[in-house]
Amino acid sequence: MMVSNVQKACPMPEQEPENRIHNFKEVALGYTEEDALNEAQRCLNCKNKPCMKGCPVNIDIPAFIAKIREKDYDAAYDIISESSCLPAVCGRVCPQENQCERNCIRGIKGDPVCIGRLERFVADRHRTSGCGAEKAIKKNGHKVAVIGSGPSGLSCAGDLAKKGYEVTVFEALHTEGGVLIYGIPEFRLPKSIVKTEVDELKNEGVEFMTNTVIGKTLTIDELFESGYEAVYIGSGAGLPRFMGIKGENLDGVYSANEFLTRINLMKAYEDDGETPVIRGKRVAVVGGGNVAMDAARCARRLGGEVTIIYRRSEEELPARHEEVGHAKEEGIEFSFLTSPLEIKGNEDHFVSGIVCQKMALGEPDESGRRKPIPLEGSEFELPVDCVIMAIGTSPNPLIRSTTKGLDTNSRGGIITDEDCKSSREAVYAGGDAVTGSATVISAMGAGKTAAESIDRMLRKIS
Amino acid sequence: MYKIIRKKILNPTVTEMHVYAPLVARKALPGQFIILRVSEDGERIPLTVAGCNKEEGTVRIIFQVVGATTVRLNELNEGEYIHDFVGPLGTPTDLKGLKKACIVGGGVGCAIALPIAEALHDMGCEVVSIVGFRTESLLILENEFKQASDRLYVMTDDGTYGEKGNVSQKLSQILKDETFDKVITIGPLVMMKSVAQTTKPTGIPCVVSMNPIMIDGTGMCGGCRLTLHQDGKSVTKFACVDGPDFNGYEVDFDEAISRSHLYRNFERHAYDEACHLFKKEEVK
Repeated sequence: MMVSNVQKACPMPEQEPENRIHNFKEVALGYTEEDALNEAQRCLNCKNKPCMKGCPVNIDIPAFIAKIREKDYDAAYDIISESSCLPAVCGRVCPQENQCERNCIRGIKGDPVCIGRLERFVADRHRTSGCGAEKAIKKNGHKVAVIGSGPSGLSCAGDLAKKGYEVTVFEALHTEGGVLIYGIPEFRLPKSIVKTEVDELKNEGVEFMTNTVIGKTLTIDELFESGYEAVYIGSGAGLPRFMGIKGENLDGVYSANEFLTRINLMKAYEDDGETPVIRGKRVAVVGGGNVAMDAARCARRLGGEVTIIYRRSEEELPARHEEVGHAKEEGIEFSFLTSPLEIKGNEDHFVSGIVCQKMALGEPDESGRRKPIPLEGSEFELPVDCVIMAIGTSPNPLIRSTTKGLDTNSRGGIITDEDCKSSREAVYAGGDAVTGSATVISAMGAGKTAAESIDRMLRKIS
Repeated sequence: MYKIIRKKILNPTVTEMHVYAPLVARKALPGQFIILRVSEDGERIPLTVAGCNKEEGTVRIIFQVVGATTVRLNELNEGEYIHDFVGPLGTPTDLKGLKKACIVGGGVGCAIALPIAEALHDMGCEVVSIVGFRTESLLILENEFKQASDRLYVMTDDGTYGEKGNVSQKLSQILKDETFDKVITIGPLVMMKSVAQTTKPTGIPCVVSMNPIMIDGTGMCGGCRLTLHQDGKSVTKFACVDGPDFNGYEVDFDEAISRSHLYRNFERHAYDEACHLFKKEEVK
């Protein structure tokens, strides 16, 4: 086998910034076959597979890359899908630089192998080469309910279906996919891809019930009464946080959840979209995570001049480097070490500006990051007509308030053990409903762990 | 897909539909709401439940034809389908322990007030209802209100039916000699604001039913947030999960009115002023 000694990774073809700020089409265009083969040659096929240890769902990375080198892309896909039910999604939105790619030996001298890009290549190739034949899996006669069709729920449902369980996924919104649909924008994760991955699960026999809010339409108790033997809660994070500063309820202030939902789920960016969204001329986005980057880049595409306001410095930005880089290329300004004090409004109750204060970094706090300290007398006002708060979410109370015996922590997250088991018999939970805001892949990892736990539990009693 | 079992035109701008949604019908209580989308890619709009038939599995909705989405909804006929219909959402109206209540409804808001009056009547509570409309041709549900109320006052702005005047004037008159355990009001924001102001000097608890712009209805978007003034502090609440009922003395109505006009200037909403039940009454 020939291993290439190229230090640099094969670059990802992308839409040019000056074009892409005028459309919502995908930014990263994906490797060509030639790109993929070149990049796959860089894998050293290490025996101890350090990359795999960085993967929350344990994909056998060197094995699938070896199949790419053999041009056996179907086999590569099969290897990935043994561990992940959403390869086309993960290849796009996983923070690989902190996971598999961080452990890559190639990264010691030069760039790590672009595992995410290769995963995406395999998944996209599989999708466009006409997959999706109905898969015959022998049913084992046990019924499991999954709450939420986001990454965690899909991952749990997919694994359980493969093991023969009859799985029903309950979704509160009208479309399956959860945050993959309402949160992550089209230009980062095309919705057609999420649909294909959901359809793949439908082929495997997973049932989806949209427009069903667990905690309202049905309760967990009613799910058990109707014959489900285990329940997995993957209901996501839910309620948007606000800062509690003056002016946050002015017209023109959005939570990132609402802004992104209007754009992504309700397609407000389309000219004939029926759902309206404010197209701010000067927009402030408060926060430094991936959601803040997504909101800023959407606002940019809607024609706004956008400033991201973050209270720590660039080094502490929790967003992926790639997202920050893309945002900068698209002309988004960053105001680091800045914290909002008040949002000002005009006589029509519309946002007219945001008053901020400069910060300095002090000693590290409990999160290990240096704590921002306000600088007296540094107040200034930024004139804006739209403010988007992207400072996180807290778990939705609908399920915990209607489910007896389900213990939650002080922040409202469901308490689980390492097997994702909650305090309530036969109820499991994972993803943001447990941890608060985290990543797609860690939510998928929890769904996977829960599927294994549920399988162990039900096989013992059967 | 959710089938329209029956449809009835109540007046030139208000339509009633009974929609087959057994899971919603089984659970919905007075004061709760549903969210619907007429068609794929349509807007999500909240409508408060105007009653349901558990045996038949139907939910009754009554809506004013005010905008793009309700125009399209109104175009659907019996036997046709609404694309999405989810609920019951929100917290039911708290009716516990009420012995004597005053229900004040305005315009199409009466559709939501009715199931509350009916529930109170069924539990043996004395119900005094005041319903108000701009003019006789907009009157709805008079007979149903009669049956659910010990006393009913119908008001029209122009005096073409019932008594001339608005609901607050009537309420103010009644409150001179009578007291209630609770005043519950549902209608245009300006009307509810006025009812709360009218009730306040008596100290009788006043509950208002808010219906702001929202998307998901489960607490996720925060678009429906409103400000309550509690003990000198401003508190933000989400109407979809914390409401839709709130203490009428605490709600910041001016902010709520402004937020309800948020999309007024959007061209495709020029006609429709967002997705809102009470709009037309409000801007009259």
